[in-house]
Amino acid sequence: MTGNGTVQIVFFLVALIALGLPLGAFMARVYKQERTFLDPILGPVERFLYRLAGIDAAKEMDWKGNAIALLVFNALGFLVVYGLQRLQHLLPLNPQAFGAVSPDSSFNTAVSFASNTNWQGYGGETTMSYLTQMLGLTVQNFVSAATGMAVLALFVRGLARHSTKLLGNFWIDLTRSTLYILLPLAFVFAVGLVSQGVVQNFAAYKTVTLVEPVVDANGVANLTQTLPMGPAASQIAIKQLGTNGGGFFNTNSAHPYENPTPLSNFFEMLAILLIPAGLCFTFGIMVKDTRQGWAVFAAMAAIMVPLLLLAAWSEQGGNPVLASQGIDQTASPNQPGGNMEGKEVRLGVTNSAIWAVATTAASNGSVNSMHDSFMPIGGAVTLFMMQLGEVVFGGVGSGLYGMLVFVIIAVFVAGLLVGRTPEYLGHKIEAFEIKMASLLILIMPLTVLGLTALALLSEAGRATIFNPGAHGFSEVLYAFTSMGNNNGSAFAGLGANTPFYNSWGGIAMLISRYWLAVPTLALAGSLAGKRFTPQGDGTLPTHTALFVGWLIAIVILVGALNFLPALALGPIVEHLHLTL
Amino acid sequence: MTTPSQHATVATGVTIASARQAVLDAFRKLHPRAMARNPVMFVVLVGSVLTTALWIQALGGGGEAPAGFIGAISLWLWFTVLFANFAEALAEGRGKAQAAALRKARGDISAKRLREPHYGAAHDTVSSGTLATGDVFLVEAGEIIPGDGEVIEGIASVDESAITGESAPVIRESGGDRSAVTGGTRVLSDWLVIRLTAEPGGGFLDRMIRLIEGAKRQKTPNEIALNILLAAFTIIFLGVCVTLLPFSLFSVGAAGHGSPVTVTVLVALLVCLIPTTIGGLLSAIGIAGMDRMIRHNVVATSGRAIEAAGDVDVLLLDKTGTITLGNRMASAFTPAAGISPERLADAAQLASLADETPEGRSIVVLAKALYGLRGREVHDIAGHFVPFTAQTRMSGVDIPSDDAPARSIRKGAAEAIKAHIEALGVVFPPDVQRTVDDVSRAGATPLVVVENSEVLGVIHLKDVVKGGIKERFAHLRKMGIKTVMITGDNPLTATAIAAEAGVDDFLAEAKPEDKLALIREYQRGGRLVAMTGDGTNDAPALAQADVAVAMNTGTQSAREAANMVDLDSNPTKLLEIVEIGKQLLMTRGALTTFSIANDVAKYFAIIPAAFVATFPALGALNVMHLATPESAILSAVIFNALIIVALIPLALRGVKYTPMHAAQLLRRHLLIYGLGGLVAPFAGIKLVDMLLTALGAG
Amino acid sequence: MIAFLRPALVLLLAFTAITGVLYPLAVTGTAQLFFPSAANGSVLERNGTAVGSKLIGQQFSGARYFWSRLSATGPVPYNGAASSGSNYGPMHPALLEAVKGRIAQLRTADSTTTRPIPVDLVTASGSGLDPHISVAAALYQAPRIARQRGATEADLRALIDRHTDKRDFGFLGEPGVNVLELNLALDEKFPSSKGGM
Repeated sequence: MTGNGTVQIVFFLVALIALGLPLGAFMARVYKQERTFLDPILGPVERFLYRLAGIDAAKEMDWKGNAIALLVFNALGFLVVYGLQRLQHLLPLNPQAFGAVSPDSSFNTAVSFASNTNWQGYGGETTMSYLTQMLGLTVQNFVSAATGMAVLALFVRGLARHSTKLLGNFWIDLTRSTLYILLPLAFVFAVGLVSQGVVQNFAAYKTVTLVEPVVDANGVANLTQTLPMGPAASQIAIKQLGTNGGGFFNTNSAHPYENPTPLSNFFEMLAILLIPAGLCFTFGIMVKDTRQGWAVFAAMAAIMVPLLLLAAWSEQGGNPVLASQGIDQTASPNQPGGNMEGKEVRLGVTNSAIWAVATTAASNGSVNSMHDSFMPIGGAVTLFMMQLGEVVFGGVGSGLYGMLVFVIIAVFVAGLLVGRTPEYLGHKIEAFEIKMASLLILIMPLTVLGLTALALLSEAGRATIFNPGAHGFSEVLYAFTSMGNNNGSAFAGLGANTPFYNSWGGIAMLISRYWLAVPTLALAGSLAGKRFTPQGDGTLPTHTALFVGWLIAIVILVGALNFLPALALGPIVEHLHLTL
Repeated sequence: MTTPSQHATVATGVTIASARQAVLDAFRKLHPRAMARNPVMFVVLVGSVLTTALWIQALGGGGEAPAGFIGAISLWLWFTVLFANFAEALAEGRGKAQAAALRKARGDISAKRLREPHYGAAHDTVSSGTLATGDVFLVEAGEIIPGDGEVIEGIASVDESAITGESAPVIRESGGDRSAVTGGTRVLSDWLVIRLTAEPGGGFLDRMIRLIEGAKRQKTPNEIALNILLAAFTIIFLGVCVTLLPFSLFSVGAAGHGSPVTVTVLVALLVCLIPTTIGGLLSAIGIAGMDRMIRHNVVATSGRAIEAAGDVDVLLLDKTGTITLGNRMASAFTPAAGISPERLADAAQLASLADETPEGRSIVVLAKALYGLRGREVHDIAGHFVPFTAQTRMSGVDIPSDDAPARSIRKGAAEAIKAHIEALGVVFPPDVQRTVDDVSRAGATPLVVVENSEVLGVIHLKDVVKGGIKERFAHLRKMGIKTVMITGDNPLTATAIAAEAGVDDFLAEAKPEDKLALIREYQRGGRLVAMTGDGTNDAPALAQADVAVAMNTGTQSAREAANMVDLDSNPTKLLEIVEIGKQLLMTRGALTTFSIANDVAKYFAIIPAAFVATFPALGALNVMHLATPESAILSAVIFNALIIVALIPLALRGVKYTPMHAAQLLRRHLLIYGLGGLVAPFAGIKLVDMLLTALGAG
Repeated sequence: MIAFLRPALVLLLAFTAITGVLYPLAVTGTAQLFFPSAANGSVLERNGTAVGSKLIGQQFSGARYFWSRLSATGPVPYNGAASSGSNYGPMHPALLEAVKGRIAQLRTADSTTTRPIPVDLVTASGSGLDPHISVAAALYQAPRIARQRGATEADLRALIDRHTDKRDFGFLGEPGVNVLELNLALDEKFPSSKGGM
């Protein structure tokens, strides 16, 4: 890795903590319904919405009530996005006159955006009308993120409370997440992105005259180039902040109109991890022990940073195949060097690696370089980050509650090790908690491995594999790893816009979002109902470096070891072939 | 009768005979219904059957791999199941041997049922099996007590070694806290009239036998939770292994050569990955924990109680007998102003002659030692002895005299005496009050002696704190357990003793209902409370406490209210009970951690071996340099089976317990079982592989 | 269920209005007010004609122009309406083929330069629309352009430097030469050429 690369990585992490801390404190105020500086403007809006929706702001619900609210709201969101796609040819704001989206693709996209996955089987600039992008996709970018944050707020209250059934009110957490956190942040980021060159308009695509005509395969000369337009900045800001990741354009944040400069790239990378990191601190404040928040943050960072360095090192090393052709892949002041296939010059290897690891750590899924063209180790890192269960920062809200489930398992085993019925934050961990936690950790690997196997066994699944050999296996594994973890990034060579991948992928996304969210709420309900167990010298402290180390070991042993055989048949063997 | 030495053998050693029995039981436990209770080992059983079928197929010539290889894998899978069953049978066997000894004591015996419930009434000789609750019977020297009961008349020495293993006889008498007797124990001297309190078969001994045999063993809460987690791991790994077949098929197509992974190898991988080490030993750990309690002569009514013992936050300990030696000793006489020490000592001795308590006797002895006052016999004095009552809180003697005014001597707590003489219109002397305060502050108990209305002085009754108790409390504090001393003493005395013994807190001038209230208060704060008790008035508190240990010498009601009975009637046993509870959880945690950490090495053994035919480059992952793919897979399976055997002693003995902070304990155990679990299989598998290669079996 | 439907419906509609309509309109308004050029695609004009965007690369294949990177868009390279990367894995045979083809083109266009070719010049960008090449890639092509345009390499080096987008704040990202801007400047400064137009 280069010296400048190291500086960029360190600066990124420092900025993340420096901004995550105050944001975390602010979000804690939002979820504790305390006064914030935005109240004078947003307070009346909030109260008006509650009156309109018939929500009693003083009324809290138990876990079941909240779970039903979540499912009803998300089901409606799904229907709207599905309907908009199927009918977009009849609706306004469609200057390119795109036709209706196919049923399977519409299903996949609707699930994808409602579930905060934002897997995109389609190319944005060739498929979706502005209306679909705005009313369907942008709205879901907000509310699917807010859904995850609301579930987290309910879960954390379950950990903070004792001897009660009530977790809070999903509607209120949803509304406040959107109004107080996502909307203001998105506006600031969007305007910042426009300043860097991200487009934001409602104009039709522009045509410009080329400086030098381009001759296509049939010998026909093209004299013009089409420049895509649209309200991109407003969507990009929220897709980054809400760990959505669904790009406005096909190549996502590799596209110069989506991510024009190193500075815009820095903002967008920061936005990927900002809320997930901040929520760690919010959690600490809400359970009245900030050390707990730091411990979880430390575990996440300690998993991510070494893998980030590994990926950056691997990409900077370049491709031996190119080296054999005498290509200069060495970094120098005049060139970034390294494996540049699928990467942009302005971003280079370091920023591509940081982004790739951040976007797969968080279940964001946006990309600024093509993961399919990464070196095997770099690609393996992105796969591995997702296979950890999207708990290293993870999706907004969902990542932290996923990590807290691992904390509960780590506490359970560690509690046995010190000879005491395990307890976390004053809650005894008993059979029901372990049952829910087990359910939560076993669904993901079974879904991902099962659907990958199904794809490899079926003609339809194998038909659209792009790369030959072990890399082709990685493409399929990546697709279901991504959808089965609500990530949304892709080894994009795989032709995923087929009925097979659209349907099964949609099911994977449904399972990984809702099958997880509902037991999580049940777990929260059970934790909240427990009598308070005070901490003493016999209680295992959960904020120490030792516990953080143990948590990391559990996440890796339980979360990722399951994928070792699959990784061996994909990127690991590819790496060995390349280097041996 | 069981002698103590026989008892010790049963409790500590694994004899050849018991091991042989365990081997037989290991096969008996292969019954699918028995196996299904343990999902991890059930999967291994299914794998064993499956590979056996594949082996038979291979023998016929149509096998997916050489018959020798499949056969070897299959054989070791069967061993894996059998080893786990063996561990469980071994743990059960130890209890069974003990139960057999107990049952001998219980055998049907004849009983002398009394027609009237008092000594000397006519009796019928009946079989013990026909006795009913409420029957009253007589047991005389040399006879065996036919059932659990309450002594209603008489005093006798009883040999309880059948249940306690302790050869020294104990005293059983009517009234008070030593009135409960256990069926199967033998009266050595004198006689007892007993009212039966438990139906035949429902007695203490019967319950104990059932518990030891494990017939009624129910899974404890933590065990249930752990079982769920292990089942989840098993399901995940099942998914991992099943999907590897299509992955392998695709890879063979992609690579253009090699052959897909065999079912035998997948089964081998599955068995290696699922947590068989903890899964195989889990029930043995639980049974062994119960057994360890019994070896400490504690009978728990459920495994749940043992587990709860490990979680205890607060120990309520009676001062007397637990923290201090049971008896206070008179240590000095301080006369009131103008009274000679001899006069005080004489009066004190007179007042104590009829006092059979150890305190009373120690006063008599002290008076004799200091002033040469010979202990007079009770009947030499034509006096009327006034016994201690809860109302007067005084005892003493009234000696009528013809030539002088009658002497009325009383001794008692300062408060009681003060009330007594003030009622007579006399002011309590201030110098005596000072002495009383000084004595209390020093941790001793002052007894004030008064003759008629004249206060003679103060007897110092000194508490003797047990040796080594302070260190044990320090250990408990390290474990995060708070000790609270319960005493009837006044706060001044209690403070001094609490400081000397090193307890964290105390409850002075405690009445039984105070104890109950204190337990409730701690429980409201979310703490788990343990206590010991023996008297009937302890029963409500025992019933309320989370871990309640009744003394075997205690009353029947105390034993009913408790969830553990200490056969040695040693109140400090509570400390060991806590340790055993913790040990039980730690052993489970240790083996779980070890089991999970083992998987890393097993992946490195099996993955390259399974796929090297398709992708020769994967040979680079064979970091252990195992000889051949076959030997690598077989080595992992063999290691996986042998580690169960290797860990049986740990499962039965439990993880060594050292009191320390939870964080220190975690570090230590993670180093041993986590890191050890990570490293050990690399060495172990390599070793097995070298052996196999040397034997030419690879 | 009705108790849940009403808040769900009302909130979804309200958020659709707020985040789906008001929010993009507010961003658009702000953007058009403060950053009109950036918000509308950073279009470059020559003699009043829009000739491209500063941010979107174009294909150059003539020897007199600096070449951009490879582009995997279809049907033609640098198709702004359909961004795409190659998605070749590092061992994909087509990747090696593409690299070899590009090496041959570069060697044919300039047989005198024998230095190792900078990697970005033989690989396709992620978007297929990368507006930049590395400074090394520009310098590699400089001798050819100098001959074609009758300029000195020193002139070109100065021109390259002027059209290099430096790292933001001196450390963020990587320096890149904007190929379209550089070529436009080339046409303006060194219109004549040995071979003629």
